[in-house]
Amino acid sequence: MARKLKLRIWRGNSTDGGLQDVVVDANEGEVVLDVIHRVQADQMNDLAVRWNCKAGKCGSCSMEINGKPRLACMTRVASFEEDETITLTPLRAFPVIKDLVTDVSFNYKKAMEIPAYEAPAELKAGEARMAQVDVERSQEFRKCIECFLCQDTCHVIRDHEENKKSFAGPRFFIRIAELDMHPLDMLRNRKQKAQEEHGLGMCNITKCCTEVCPEHIRITDNAIIPMKERVVDVKYDPARWLGSKIRKRDGIL
Amino acid sequence: MATGVFSGGRAKIAEKTLRTDRWWLQPALTVFVLLSFIVYATFRAFENAHYFAEPLISPFYSPCLSDACVKGSSLLGRPFGIFHVFGATFSPSLFILIFPLGFRMTCYYYRKAYYRAFWMSPPACAVAEPHAKYTGETRSPLILQNAHRWFFYAGLVFNVILSVDAILAFRNPDKQWGHMSIGTLVLLANATFLWLYSASCHTCRHTIGGRLRNFSKHPVRYKLWTYVSILNHKHQNFAWVSLFGVALCDLYVRQVSAGSITNLYFF
Repeated sequence: MARKLKLRIWRGNSTDGGLQDVVVDANEGEVVLDVIHRVQADQMNDLAVRWNCKAGKCGSCSMEINGKPRLACMTRVASFEEDETITLTPLRAFPVIKDLVTDVSFNYKKAMEIPAYEAPAELKAGEARMAQVDVERSQEFRKCIECFLCQDTCHVIRDHEENKKSFAGPRFFIRIAELDMHPLDMLRNRKQKAQEEHGLGMCNITKCCTEVCPEHIRITDNAIIPMKERVVDVKYDPARWLGSKIRKRDGIL
Repeated sequence: MATGVFSGGRAKIAEKTLRTDRWWLQPALTVFVLLSFIVYATFRAFENAHYFAEPLISPFYSPCLSDACVKGSSLLGRPFGIFHVFGATFSPSLFILIFPLGFRMTCYYYRKAYYRAFWMSPPACAVAEPHAKYTGETRSPLILQNAHRWFFYAGLVFNVILSVDAILAFRNPDKQWGHMSIGTLVLLANATFLWLYSASCHTCRHTIGGRLRNFSKHPVRYKLWTYVSILNHKHQNFAWVSLFGVALCDLYVRQVSAGSITNLYFF
């Protein structure tokens, strides 16, 4: 059954903008992205919105809905009260381009700063083998759709623009964790780099990244905290450091 | 110069947050509960009385290690003498509380709770924090959070001692074995909650197998890691339950010791 939906949509660009009210029809079963498209078709033809799959798998339609970072295609209209006004804004941690579209290139720059997987020299292409239990651990992190909602909600950069140069953010901490937990990765200083170059120590584990992740990746518990513990192994635990020197133990380098 | 959500180039929105739900409720509850515990624990730590009623001892005073301890309460002897501070006897509780306090203060879950609730960094997700600068846990004093594992190890020692206290509570006031009272159940529950809190700890998970790069080469540790991971899902719950548990256990022993209630024996 159709209902009238009250929206407040942020319209503007990097220099100016504001919230505009609009009322739009919404049908049963629709998601917020559906009604945005209806507004675009009928009332605001030049409304800018980034989208692609409409299935929660491409990570394009990230925005803030009633102040919460969410995917518009995964937010059901029925989850709001009948008389509730839904406020739609672009991601507030990144520069806005137009309307609901932001410039997320910060994340691509950070991605390039993460050293890639380093294969064992003795293995030729196609010869690497891993046991299933080792694969499973990193498969959770590979579910990331790069919607950057975790980056958007992370207060380290959301509330402190100056930290962007020294903080990679939760999306890239799961990448670092995935590589550091990889049994065949030969690069041995990821922990130090995570702490000293990618700003792992700036994270105060308030778990907002985990709360907003549409893929339900347990970013904090399974990636950030394990990485913090691994950093403690190599930087803040003299007993572990001594043990590694005596036994030449692999895995904590 | 504007920073954060008001930085140049970002969408011009006057509000610090546009959240419409009651995002303030959780930090407010956290402040209320943690402050209540801090007030109660501080009072009890300094009270230096009503912490032992054979065979029950309060977790705030166990192990009791000073000459100021009441007779029969020192399971591990009395290595410390009696100190006086401003004319008052230094409470035996103050010799030991730094360890469980340090374990909880550096706990990954409690860090989330108090950073949000007390320091408002951030108060809730997508709600702007009030601080002009932020360096996280990269500098003193917060870099000391990395000492969590040492407090974890100390916490295990305390868990063993409190478990022994619970076993000793299977005696009657005349130290005869084979008895059980409500106090026995209270001490047992407290020890169980503390073990669950420790076993679900992120440091425990890391130590038991999380630090491995290669699970397939360590099948036993991998199996243990999967069990700890299950508990780790509930670490937040165990953190609160064990906090309430230790306070209620102390309160029960206090009331018995003060003579306000009688420790009812089942047999």
